[in-house]
Amino acid sequence: MIELYILLIFMIIGAIIAVEVKDLLSSVIAVGAVGLGLSIVFLILKAPDVAITQLVVEILCLIILIRATLKKDLPFSTTGRWILNTLITVIFIGIFLFLASKAFTDLPEFGSPTMKVARTYLETGLPKTGAANMVASVILDFRAYDTLGEATVLFTAVIGVLAIVRRIGRKKKDQIVEAEDE
Amino acid sequence: MSREHGKGMSVIVKTITRLTVGLILLYGIYIVLHGHLSPGGGFAGGVIIALSFIHLMLAYGKDVAFKKLSKTGASIFESTGALLFLIIAILGFIGGYFFLNFLPKGQPFKLFSAGIIPLCNIAISLKVGAGLFAIFVMLVLLKLDVRKKE
Repeated sequence: MIELYILLIFMIIGAIIAVEVKDLLSSVIAVGAVGLGLSIVFLILKAPDVAITQLVVEILCLIILIRATLKKDLPFSTTGRWILNTLITVIFIGIFLFLASKAFTDLPEFGSPTMKVARTYLETGLPKTGAANMVASVILDFRAYDTLGEATVLFTAVIGVLAIVRRIGRKKKDQIVEAEDE
Repeated sequence: MSREHGKGMSVIVKTITRLTVGLILLYGIYIVLHGHLSPGGGFAGGVIIALSFIHLMLAYGKDVAFKKLSKTGASIFESTGALLFLIIAILGFIGGYFFLNFLPKGQPFKLFSAGIIPLCNIAISLKVGAGLFAIFVMLVLLKLDVRKKE
């Protein structure tokens, strides 16, 4: 359990560095360190499926962040009213921590499931679906509707990106300049 | 070959890419096909397949990557994956209800087992791999257009 806390502290430090550092590339790499730490946390918690997915998605996000957005000059909006912003943030964090400390006392013990249906999945997953991987039997047989929804979300995201980016690319050059002047 | 060496990164990166990109693609296919036996599955394997094409594109430039998988090809593969997933789901109606596991279950821990789950994994991996590659290509090309205007 101690390595879990070490990794969590490492992730918190990485997140603070990612927010505070001035260089954009260093910030992106700190975000990547947080994500890879989260992947190892999933591995320690005995969830290799989630760990693999977290690892590959984190790497893809890093590549997209570095290649597609880093070269642009992003505006850095920290000027003015930073005392008020910090105060509001601290107040909301305090409220959240207070409510969470009240709510988390009702949670069950770490590692014991809250829902009774998990036991049914574990017992009847292999005979009913024939899949040796319990996660596959849940996401593609018992809860296949959720997977269909997730697939629809990704499909819609791809369609949106293709539609938006393609329209800019098809315009003439002088039209783009006019649009930017407006 | 000499024209391909004009764009992209240095010779060292290109040589390493030529050696490793096929292995990455094979590993993604392995993760997809064994999704019902070992950790992984359609989503993770699809992202690894997309990463292999992105690897090729980062090292060799966009022309070489488009020769392997063009924008139109990625779009077609993505739609095919989505339609395949829906068709498998609708085929469950021949036995009763949506997403019915109508194929024979087979013997556990064998590659050909678990009914429709491997087919669903393949469909999801097609959709995710082609879709994420298309998103990456679109974002990178957008950046190139912005640079040209400046």
